[in-house]
Amino acid sequence: MTSAVVSAIRLTQLAVDIVSRALRAGASDAEVTIREGDEFSTTVRLGEVETLKESGSRGVGLRVLLQADKGYRVASTSSSDFTPEGIDHLVRGAVALAQVASADPFAGLGESAEFGQLSGDLALYHDDVYSLPTEERIAWARRAEAAALAVDTRLVNSDGASFDAATGRRVFANSRGFVGEYQSSYCSIAVSPIAQSASGEMQRDYWWSQARAFRDLESPESVGQEAARRTLRMLDARRVPTQQAPVVFAPEVARGLVSAVFDAAAGDAVYRGASILAGKIGETVAAPSVTIVDDGTIPGGFGTSPFDAEGLPSRRTVIVENGVLRSYVLNVYAARKLGLKSTGNAGRGLAGNPFLDAGNLFLQAGTQSADEIIAGVERGLYVTRLMGQGVNLVTGDYSRGAMGLWIENGQFVYPVQEVTIAGNLMDMLRNTTAIGSDLVFRSAIAAPTLRIDGMTIAGE
Amino acid sequence: MDHKRYFFEKFGVTERLLERCLGEALSAGGDYADLYFESVAATSLGLDESIVKSASQGVSAGCGVRVVSGERTGYAYTDDLSADRLLRAARTAALIASGPAKQPVQGFTETSTPSLYPAPAADLDTDLSAKLDLVTRADHAARRYDRRITQVRASYADELRRILIAASDGTYACDTQPLARMSVFVLAKDGERTARGTSGGGGRVEIGYFTGAKGPEFFATEAARTAVLQLGAVAAPAGEMEVVLGPGWPGVLLHEAVGHGLEADFNRKKTSAFAGLIGRPVASSKVTVVDNGRMPSRRGSLNVDDEGSATQETVLIENGVLKGYLSDKLSARLMGIPSTGNGRRESYQQIPMPRMTNTYMLAGEDSPEDILRSVKRGLYAVNFGGGQVDITNGKFVFSASEAYLIEDGKVTAPVRDATLIGNGPEALKHVSMVGNDLALDEGIGTCGKDGQSVPVGVGMPTVKLDRMTVGGTGR
Repeated sequence: MTSAVVSAIRLTQLAVDIVSRALRAGASDAEVTIREGDEFSTTVRLGEVETLKESGSRGVGLRVLLQADKGYRVASTSSSDFTPEGIDHLVRGAVALAQVASADPFAGLGESAEFGQLSGDLALYHDDVYSLPTEERIAWARRAEAAALAVDTRLVNSDGASFDAATGRRVFANSRGFVGEYQSSYCSIAVSPIAQSASGEMQRDYWWSQARAFRDLESPESVGQEAARRTLRMLDARRVPTQQAPVVFAPEVARGLVSAVFDAAAGDAVYRGASILAGKIGETVAAPSVTIVDDGTIPGGFGTSPFDAEGLPSRRTVIVENGVLRSYVLNVYAARKLGLKSTGNAGRGLAGNPFLDAGNLFLQAGTQSADEIIAGVERGLYVTRLMGQGVNLVTGDYSRGAMGLWIENGQFVYPVQEVTIAGNLMDMLRNTTAIGSDLVFRSAIAAPTLRIDGMTIAGE
Repeated sequence: MDHKRYFFEKFGVTERLLERCLGEALSAGGDYADLYFESVAATSLGLDESIVKSASQGVSAGCGVRVVSGERTGYAYTDDLSADRLLRAARTAALIASGPAKQPVQGFTETSTPSLYPAPAADLDTDLSAKLDLVTRADHAARRYDRRITQVRASYADELRRILIAASDGTYACDTQPLARMSVFVLAKDGERTARGTSGGGGRVEIGYFTGAKGPEFFATEAARTAVLQLGAVAAPAGEMEVVLGPGWPGVLLHEAVGHGLEADFNRKKTSAFAGLIGRPVASSKVTVVDNGRMPSRRGSLNVDDEGSATQETVLIENGVLKGYLSDKLSARLMGIPSTGNGRRESYQQIPMPRMTNTYMLAGEDSPEDILRSVKRGLYAVNFGGGQVDITNGKFVFSASEAYLIEDGKVTAPVRDATLIGNGPEALKHVSMVGNDLALDEGIGTCGKDGQSVPVGVGMPTVKLDRMTVGGTGR
């Protein structure tokens, strides 16, 4: 057997063992999560190695449920100590801690029929992420940075380039018989060049590529050149007068809007009434061209997993379809609170109750190219970077710092910085007047170029 | 057990083992090596919809080994504190260097440290009744405040972090760092209108801190008051205007506008908008800003930093002139400046870097009333969410969560959430009045940099900026 198989068997057995120990210690139900991971990272700056980091760690979390008159008392413990003594503390601690929790009529594991996992190879793990020797990894980061700095003499400095690789294993077992385990891998390169204009003003931007398999990583040269292009175009940025104008969100910032919709559709915000989407199932909440999907089943996806953090199979959920809110995103608890079924969107840390987590979350591509969308704007802002927290999901109020390019008569005319864009998320979804065809999954959350009308730009 | 002997007694670490690991770390050369042992025990308790839905405790321990060679850093960590694993981590970190072995300094000198906060003996509290009482009282107080309060979430979280640092330059330091925080989140509903309010506080304190003026009722009432106020909020204005920032947490302005830009690593690499500005005016002459890691019980305070250096009060801006940077050992050595004791890291899995502790502006002479009276039309912002800065172009944002319009010198309608944006090296030049009411925040700040989070404090008196851009939607 390979060491990976041995490790999987060992950790799975440990998880099952901890579940039964928890039951013997008085728990009515129990869930165990074990995580194990290795990471490698290196950063290079101005051609020289800056950091080299290599290590691994693991942790175990236990959540116990104690039957009470009405519902369950719930508590959890976590530890990095895998000795028998450490595991004993974990189990006894959790059961003791549950005594202080309240009986919660909605707490409890999923129904037996709900548990399960996707079968087949989801292509989440590729051992080639560690195939390069250290010197080669450093060389990749170096090449990315060198390619960026070679583009233009105004690229005078660098915040560095990096190569990262990581592999991890996740094991989950519960007292209703679910046992699951999977491995995942990841690698990335990133570069962050700095450009300086004749006036001395500096700008920094970055670009990256990440992949589950090393062979799928984009070339260091292409990543470096894109980082350079993005940085150079921001030189001599200015402010614009305060006004209402169309805003075009580049894909890398449009993602944030999709993420906000997910958070607003999250069951815990919904049952609390803490979301602008609460109670709006079946209602039109966005322009008819807007369809937003969460899909945890896409093979090789950054947000793919065979099962969620409660042992339910990952699935595809259409949240918004042609502008109509079709589904909330739910874990077992939020579903029970709302009288619905879980959508398999449970996430969790080692300790604490499950929360809500997206799989591969995206806004479906439209038909126009990004160039066509920009060409259709008479005067407006093309946003490439956003700063600050953004959106209040209770009221929908949206206000963020923005950087990007000013559009006049369909053409970029100069870079813009130190302005804000503001509106209300609900208005923004309804006023989405163009959707690009450029949907690419660079990470688990993706969106194409979006044009949104009626926002306020605050500047001079 | 003497808290300074923790790693020796609990994990069997010996002084001989520390020396062996440092020797192994420098076995391929390098200028410096250090070991960072960390053990964290954390408890959290959450009341939600008036019941305790979550109670959790966690423990973790590990050690990070660092080797520095010129500008290069090698790093490895282990969560297994056996001699074998520690030596293996040391050998991995050593891969950064390639030369003849170096010898660590013989014998350690313990960094002399103050006692800014209590050092509890037990890792985890087994009796949670006092914590339960705090969250229950917060729930009651918030609901009692106004019948429109429909949801309350109250939580109490504390942790005890123990660290031991041993370095090849002879540095040796131990610390036991408590950190406690209470948080309250409420929703208010009135017809179709819903609004949120949050509040919280704490520091490097034990549970006894949360009594009297800092009891759960105070935080609950604050959260409820903000939420009810927001029910009647009007659209925030858009554009450049006079802005008055209230005392305390609005000091997050300093953290974003100047603090990060003055961290030595960015200035060593000349990637900060503040690079090369030492001795130059970067603020109005009324502005003096310090970073002070030595304030008793404060959230951002440390007896010793995560590299074993003593913490201190560092003047960043004095009467408007840029005075100094916040440094760690690496930047201090490479830049030829003193270490200011600002080397911090999130955990044993991370490489330390220069970070802020408690950053605040000293009080001026104006009365807060006079400051507000001087504004014809502007924004009065008294509470904020977080902020963010691009240290290279200097642009920063911070998000107002409680703010009001100022009309003809009077504070009028509350406004909805809005982001404020400015340029770090310029923003503080527009400070025209500084209040006599310096206050520090309640102890809720967490700062993120390069993916690492550390607790920090901020503070400020009432301050007037003659212009700043407010990112609302109204006029």
